[in-house]
Amino acid sequence: MTSKGDYKNKVEIEWCPGCGNFGILTSIKNALSGLDIPPHKILIVSGIGQSGKLPHYLRCNVFNGLHGRAIPPAIGAKVSNHDLNVIAVGGDGDMYGEGGNHFIHAVRRNPNITVIVHDNQIYGLTKGQASPTSDIGMKTKVQKHGVMHTPFNSLATAISLDCTFVSRGFAGDVKHLSGIIKQAIEHKGLSLVDVLQPCVTFNRLNTFKWYKERVYKLEETDYNPNDKTKAFEKSMEWGDNIPIGVFYKREGKPTFEDNLPVLESRTLVDQETDPSMADELMDGFT
Amino acid sequence: MVELRNITKDMMTVVEGSYAVAHATKVCKPNVISAYPITPQTHIVEELSQFIADGEIENCDYINVESEFSALSTLVGSSATGARTYSSTTSQGLALMHEVLFNASGMRLPIVVTVVNRALSAPINIWNDQQDSVSERDSGWIQLYAEDVQEAADMVAQAYKVGEDPDVMLPVMVCMDGFLLSHVYEPVVLLEEDLIDDYLLPFDPKYKLDPKDPKTFGAFAPPASYTEFRYAQEQAMSAALDKIEKAADDFYDVFGRYYGGLIDEYKTDDADIIIMAKGSIIGTIRDVIDNLRENGVKVGLLKVRALRPFPKDAIKEVVKDSSVVITLDKNISPGVNEGALCTETKACMYNSDINVPVIGYMIGLGGRDIPEDTIENIVDEAKEVINSGISTESQFTDLREDLI
Repeated sequence: MTSKGDYKNKVEIEWCPGCGNFGILTSIKNALSGLDIPPHKILIVSGIGQSGKLPHYLRCNVFNGLHGRAIPPAIGAKVSNHDLNVIAVGGDGDMYGEGGNHFIHAVRRNPNITVIVHDNQIYGLTKGQASPTSDIGMKTKVQKHGVMHTPFNSLATAISLDCTFVSRGFAGDVKHLSGIIKQAIEHKGLSLVDVLQPCVTFNRLNTFKWYKERVYKLEETDYNPNDKTKAFEKSMEWGDNIPIGVFYKREGKPTFEDNLPVLESRTLVDQETDPSMADELMDGFT
Repeated sequence: MVELRNITKDMMTVVEGSYAVAHATKVCKPNVISAYPITPQTHIVEELSQFIADGEIENCDYINVESEFSALSTLVGSSATGARTYSSTTSQGLALMHEVLFNASGMRLPIVVTVVNRALSAPINIWNDQQDSVSERDSGWIQLYAEDVQEAADMVAQAYKVGEDPDVMLPVMVCMDGFLLSHVYEPVVLLEEDLIDDYLLPFDPKYKLDPKDPKTFGAFAPPASYTEFRYAQEQAMSAALDKIEKAADDFYDVFGRYYGGLIDEYKTDDADIIIMAKGSIIGTIRDVIDNLRENGVKVGLLKVRALRPFPKDAIKEVVKDSSVVITLDKNISPGVNEGALCTETKACMYNSDINVPVIGYMIGLGGRDIPEDTIENIVDEAKEVINSGISTESQFTDLREDLI
């Protein structure tokens, strides 16, 4: 049995005291130990941002790539070694801004990976500019007159593309978030966990208190996460009441790897190549 | 030789490098500013956003976009309609613009971008070197490098002057060292708003997107004509050689400040040893030269302001009577084991009657400090070259053997 301590990396954590990221880090450890996945069977991929540091604080395989680009290398690793549990983490700017195109097309492909988004509705690493999910009207040092553009609704986007697991957690409710991440990792297909993550330093609007007063759990209502149309409708709910939990779940859709015949028998990394098998073909050219 | 005319203390104000550049951009009256507002970035676009919010730039749109790719793509569209355009970026941001850089130069759109020079990943490094812009030297953009904050700010005006010249019509990168210039506070003269109209004409391109006179930008050029587009770009680069000199001279006439044209020189007249470099390292080199001159070492500086177009003739004229040339590069082309100045300086002297040895050093990569001692040691090695020839043509500087 693995325990939470097995995933702890002895590195000084460089997040602000009280950052919502701590709740996400703890929840990921809880989920991994709950599923009893040993560290060497986990790959966490990140981009650039405060979220990009998360894998540094975990004991497992780590790949830290470019801003916005966590998903493509995550898919690349998954198809090469589909025995790995692959988790891509990123922020709202990382996954939905510069990496938005990757996010959209990854959902379409449905690789069996988990995408966890630290959604603090602000650019934190760079000290407080509006992100793709900032609420309209939020004033920042760049958006002097307030944000004018419609926030990116990742849940609605994912549902519209038939993402097979669409969820939202809150970094201030670790127990609940741990459960969602656990389900997401267990799910076969691309699972999205958008996490409301208060940025205690730069986002003075969407604070712990602000979220706490608004979030409610879908599973505590009579909500059914298997109805795509209802899920789409639910994903539009934002403001005085913010739903958290699993919005949409669909089993049985083939994953990206299922559609690759070469992966049927074993992972690519375990497959041996025998150049002599090409001899017969080569003979055809002589 | 740098010249500052009639500048008194009361004309100067202490500001961050990014502010000085943003202010100079404001004075140049851009019509569209497009930027990705976050890392890798500087305060330049934040300051510009403030200027616009305060109504200080008339007739200007400020567009926040989702990536640097979008930032430059937006400006390509704006510039094609005849707008004066500006953005700033650095390292990964410039790398992400790569595809669009060729689009802008191929369409002959004189966009100005301040490149705050920083290292490229991997490994992740946010500090200064010049690998980002040097890697884009084949993109068809004019590249100018500033020595200090004052020059980086004033160079924005010079960049518009050169780029928008009808004989040139090329986009321009104004390169300034990250942190060492962008985040440092220095006393500067903020570019004078009341003088700019004497220097910079309104942008009025011969070809632009206009419903009254429809044009096509960026259409197909088959093998039968593509080469001629490339040739025309090269012709424009050649024309820019004189225009860069003239833009510097005219700037001196109007504003009283001069930093060199294509190049600048310091104590080169009788120099046996000439140090070539670009960017903020120049200040350190000047100090080293002053120290060594006191000890009788005949050493001088060749400051390269323009990497593109590459000022071959100007460089040859300076180095022809020297005994050895040192190139200091904050970049490397792996596989050649040389930085750009080393490779290109050697290349421009080949097939000429100049036979001066060139030794190259990769220095200050990923923000590693460059103390005066390091440059003095390099000069010592150059003296050996004079005595006994080249032993190592190009090498890394201050390598930490304990890490290798």
